[in-house]
Amino acid sequence: MMTHGLAPLLQVARSQVPPPDVGFAWFISVPLIYTIIKILVVFTVYMVSAALLTLAERKISAWIQDRLGPNRVIKGWGQPLADGVKNFMKEETLPAAVNKPLFLMAPALAFIPALSLWAVLPFAAPLPLKWGLMPMVVADLPIGYLYILSLASLGVYGIVLAGWSSNNKYALLGGLRSSAQMVSYEIAMGMSTIPVLLLAGDVSLGTIIQEQERGLWNVLSLSIAAGIFIVAAFAETNRLPFDLPEAESELIAGYHTEYSAMKFSFFFIAEYCNMVTASALMVTLFFGGWTVPGWHAVNSAPWAWWKTAITLAAFLIKVMFFLFLYMWIRWTLPRFRYDQLMALGWKVMLPAALGYIVIIAAAILGLDMLGVPRTAVHGVPVYGLCLLGLNIVLLGLLLVVIDRGRLISPASARVRAAELARLRAVRERSSLAGRATLGAPGMAVRESSGVGD
Amino acid sequence: MAINVKVLARPVEDVSYVRATLKGMALTFRHLVDPHKVTVQYPEQRDELSPRWRGTHRMLTTEDGKAKCVACGLCPTVCPANCIKLVPGEDEQGNRYPLVFEIDEFRCIFCGYCQEVCPEEAIHVGRHYENSEYSREGFVYDLERLVSQTHAVCEMWDPTDPRGE
Repeated sequence: MMTHGLAPLLQVARSQVPPPDVGFAWFISVPLIYTIIKILVVFTVYMVSAALLTLAERKISAWIQDRLGPNRVIKGWGQPLADGVKNFMKEETLPAAVNKPLFLMAPALAFIPALSLWAVLPFAAPLPLKWGLMPMVVADLPIGYLYILSLASLGVYGIVLAGWSSNNKYALLGGLRSSAQMVSYEIAMGMSTIPVLLLAGDVSLGTIIQEQERGLWNVLSLSIAAGIFIVAAFAETNRLPFDLPEAESELIAGYHTEYSAMKFSFFFIAEYCNMVTASALMVTLFFGGWTVPGWHAVNSAPWAWWKTAITLAAFLIKVMFFLFLYMWIRWTLPRFRYDQLMALGWKVMLPAALGYIVIIAAAILGLDMLGVPRTAVHGVPVYGLCLLGLNIVLLGLLLVVIDRGRLISPASARVRAAELARLRAVRERSSLAGRATLGAPGMAVRESSGVGD
Repeated sequence: MAINVKVLARPVEDVSYVRATLKGMALTFRHLVDPHKVTVQYPEQRDELSPRWRGTHRMLTTEDGKAKCVACGLCPTVCPANCIKLVPGEDEQGNRYPLVFEIDEFRCIFCGYCQEVCPEEAIHVGRHYENSEYSREGFVYDLERLVSQTHAVCEMWDPTDPRGE
């Protein structure tokens, strides 16, 4: 595509080929029918998997904490259903002071963006039918990634409006935090994906997947971008360690404090939908989408139904891995403090992402000018390997500069002598400590030396 | 910062959050794949109670089914929670028996002194803990109810055989 000289780095949109016009009547064409079928299937699978994810979350948290998890309703499998029934039966409360229209609309606003993102994510190889090729994506938008960026940023509205319309100080604080957090991390997230678009030369998700199939997965050729994207995606979905909008222990539940029954449940469904969407995005942008690594035959034409099945399985396995990663991290890491969160977003991730764009753009230009082929030569993806080498160097530099070689140092350290002296001085000035020293000198000495432990 | 408040500065230069994170992830993953199985599925499975468990009271009976109690009054005297109500009576042969013997299981602290002090080995604390009632009055067990309990009784600690051997 860009093997010659200084072609434009990024082609924003290509013209869309109209679907083949095979129809029964002027208003019902085959593409329309199978689009409707795809919408129904994707929506159903998506909703069911969101429900099952609540069970998975509870089971994984239980196993991590040496518990058993839900195991009563049909051996635990009926738990999501039981939860749903419970939420339907519960009383819907509507506090007197809420802004009613926004309060009622907020759960839907949190949920719809996550759901509509799925429309452009390709989830398997195209399926050949009697009437032509059926792409396994609900809507094969030529501007796929731009659509995702624009809709993903709408997700914050649901949370902010829920927090504001509740007329509750904790809910408002949760909403404020979420707006600050999501807006900051959206920038890092958008910036981290620009190298992907530069490498693919297109913003269509299909092209991004094909490009990874030809060379290496983007996680290898653009590893720093992948890392930033994964962290930012965690922040965008408000999952631990970035769950500051909820923060049960300090904000009682943040933005959904005033919600009950099914409206509350909707926020939960939205959270899990967001997780699924973010996982699918990670897979599509950085982990080869639906392609099976190292099996070129299954990833390319001529298409067959079994190729669709295998690639669908590959996609699901990859997505499930990231969903597991979400839960694994949630039950391991504690929540960030607010200033640490902001510092990480603005002082580390944004500069890193910006610098990475420049480096990758320069590397792509350089490799293209040197005439390194984009496709694999004798099965060796030279282009990707060049970028991988660059990434290893960059990752090393990043760890040395940002982590200052601390990766190999222990996770905890003793307090320094200077710090200890400062703390002791504070203690000396304290009147309480003075009295303690008069009463029991031996004890006071032991206490102050205990600070170093 | 307010005066004399100790704030510990983080030794940022010496520690690695990357390493701490990876360590934590490894730990949780180990537990995920190899959990310590300690859960008891309570209503179906039960842990065995200690032979010295002191729970719901039980009054033992003689062969003819009457309570062994001779209404000596030692247990209400020794009871630190004052939960035993005893009204003694005497029959024609001069045998003392309890006219009223009530234990308020809510007031009881299950110290087991009543069992220890009883000269007739009549009142016992038992190896049983599942009690529920619809009213507080339901927890005042009268003599008939104490006699009808069937659970095993507590084996008191024997000072001459401290390990129960």
